Amino acid sequence: MMEWLHKPWPWYVAGPMIGLMVPLLLLTGNKRLGISSSLRHICAACFPAKIPFFQYDWKKETWNLFFAAGILAGGFIAANWLSPAGPIQLNPALTTALEQKGIHDFSHIYPVEIFNWPALTSLRGFLLMVVGGFLVGFGTRYAGGCTSGHSIMGLSMLQWPSLVATCCFMAGGFIMSNLVLPYILK
Amino acid sequence: MLRKKETNTDFETRSLDAVCINESKLKHPWWYHFKYFFTGILFGIILTKSEVISWFRIQEMFRLQSFHMYGVIGSAVVTGAVSVFLIKKFRIKTIYGEAIDLQAKSFNKGQVIGGLLFGFGWAMTGACPGPLFALIGNGALIITVSLISAIAGTWVYGLLRDKLPH
Repeated sequence: MMEWLHKPWPWYVAGPMIGLMVPLLLLTGNKRLGISSSLRHICAACFPAKIPFFQYDWKKETWNLFFAAGILAGGFIAANWLSPAGPIQLNPALTTALEQKGIHDFSHIYPVEIFNWPALTSLRGFLLMVVGGFLVGFGTRYAGGCTSGHSIMGLSMLQWPSLVATCCFMAGGFIMSNLVLPYILK
Repeated sequence: MLRKKETNTDFETRSLDAVCINESKLKHPWWYHFKYFFTGILFGIILTKSEVISWFRIQEMFRLQSFHMYGVIGSAVVTGAVSVFLIKKFRIKTIYGEAIDLQAKSFNKGQVIGGLLFGFGWAMTGACPGPLFALIGNGALIITVSLISAIAGTWVYGLLRDKLPH
């Protein structure tokens, strides 16, 4: 059991567990799964700046900030006490393609050669870390939800607008990863 | 206080462009929120152990080089949908006896335009909002830069919201 906990979890274990977050949040407090709203609550709490979109009682949504803080803590617990033994088993096609772009370190969960403090001053680092992050925040709020809110919660409720949103997330990702990213990585 | 015409109540403003809103009308002491902290811990552990917070896994997904992400998201949706179906069918209530209300969200152009923009950002950072928090917990402190950028992106959206097509 403990050995199993330390290995990476296969999709057919992790997926249903993520799905069970939906009834867990509904049954314990009538909450809908979602995370991107926490970014809005942070804006409403810290920098509302008289913008109508941030003029609401964010304290009623405090649960979402606790949830987000829990995810951070969960990442810490997993990394420190349930860590996987080795690097991620990737498709050789991906590692080959990335090696051609000068990325050779596959030992971490994220590419340390791209995401690091000195790289912030490079165009590549700035685009991927800062512009990418900005698009995540802007895009999720414009779309009204992220992968959790739309793709898991919305699709679980069989909401067709969430299906449209999910298809657009995927389309955006396909375009960026296949057509644009190769030029950014170069 | 300045408000848009369509938004008369606090609940209407809060639920603008948001899937996950607090539907509960109950009032609890603040420490009840620790429940969600522990739920979040569980979620953070699953996200980490399933490697869906990995930039590499996200690239594999968008390049159709691995089934892993599709398996995770697909089986999560099936599990979630069956759960919601059962909750509706048997009118299951919360542990406090409150009825579970699952209101529909309406379509607007934001789901297309915003969805595409988020897709770009997802492929660039290799993380959606949940993994941003989980990655920082994993010790990738550099990701705080992406998280702060995401908060800035949300703020700019709020600033420009009236001028954007919806």
